[in-house]
Amino acid sequence: MEVKDASSALLSNYERWGLTMFSRLECSGYSQVFQLLTDLKEQRKESGKNKHSSGQQNLNTITYETLKYISKTPCRHQSPEIVREFLTAMKSHKLTKAEKLQLLNHRPVTAVEIQLMVEESEERLTEEQIEALLHTVTSILPAGPEAEQKKNANSDGTMDEEDPA
Amino acid sequence: MFVLVEMVDTVRIPPWQFERKLNDSIAEELNKKLANKVVYNVGLCICLFDITKLEDAYVFPGDGASHTKDEILIGKIKGCSPEGVHVSLDFFDDILIPPESLQQPAKFDEAEQVWVWEYETEEGAHDLYMDTGEEIRFRVVDESFVDTSPTGPSSADATTSSEELPKKEAPYTLVGSISEPGLGLLSWWTSS
Repeated sequence: MEVKDASSALLSNYERWGLTMFSRLECSGYSQVFQLLTDLKEQRKESGKNKHSSGQQNLNTITYETLKYISKTPCRHQSPEIVREFLTAMKSHKLTKAEKLQLLNHRPVTAVEIQLMVEESEERLTEEQIEALLHTVTSILPAGPEAEQKKNANSDGTMDEEDPA
Repeated sequence: MFVLVEMVDTVRIPPWQFERKLNDSIAEELNKKLANKVVYNVGLCICLFDITKLEDAYVFPGDGASHTKDEILIGKIKGCSPEGVHVSLDFFDDILIPPESLQQPAKFDEAEQVWVWEYETEEGAHDLYMDTGEEIRFRVVDESFVDTSPTGPSSADATTSSEELPKKEAPYTLVGSISEPGLGLLSWWTSS
């Protein structure tokens, strides 16, 4: 690795291009990332490391902001068990891994959303299958923080997905 | 949106960290180096997941295929400009939906500096404003990496006051689209 001479104020090639080899392993769902970052936060707290020293400001920032983003999604309440249950139930629906991940991350509640996330859905899914898919999604995956609020505020008889007979 | 990437890297541990557990020192250095930084052709790095191997040179084939393409994301409108609608995910800000990818017909309101969907119904056009702070669902249609590293030392003895500052470019940007049913402001599509 080439290193620029010490008198230069610029980043050395080593620091810029140190990472030249990489391969993508797998896509992670929001809930897995949420878990990972939450654990990391705990770990660093427990180890007594002063997070303000040692120059970890970038890690602090990205962790905080990513957790903040995911907290606003339904994935906040997804445990590994729920994810497993969901993926098992999804086997019969014949979707790709990427599509299942989208459903997991977004918890769609309308047919229009399903159509956005499933490629060529008009050709692959009948209306009944879309309804069945929505049912699987909404019954297994917990609702997001906003949906919970809306549900609690819905006292005027407007129709929710689960309209009590 | 989130992907686990395996990388090979060489890390220098400063002498005063030798007594700590090696893995901890390495994890710390890797996070310091990568967290919240864009890695060219990979994306924005969040954090270290695991250290799998510690040894000398090991080569992995690079996979340059785009994984974010066509994905649906939800973000917040940061603002509008003639270039389009700027969207933010809390941890990543450089997302643009260009005018041609908005719900059509669309117009840019110069006075309010906001993009508007002139939604047509039988009764006429309803102006739907794309206001700052609104949650928006969009599809990722492209991503681009720009090498923002410095190209060379500016002359150390430059005495001129008007030194040309390079335009600050984001190293990684996403281009989005909302020109499909179900895309755009969440409020446009909720039935309740």
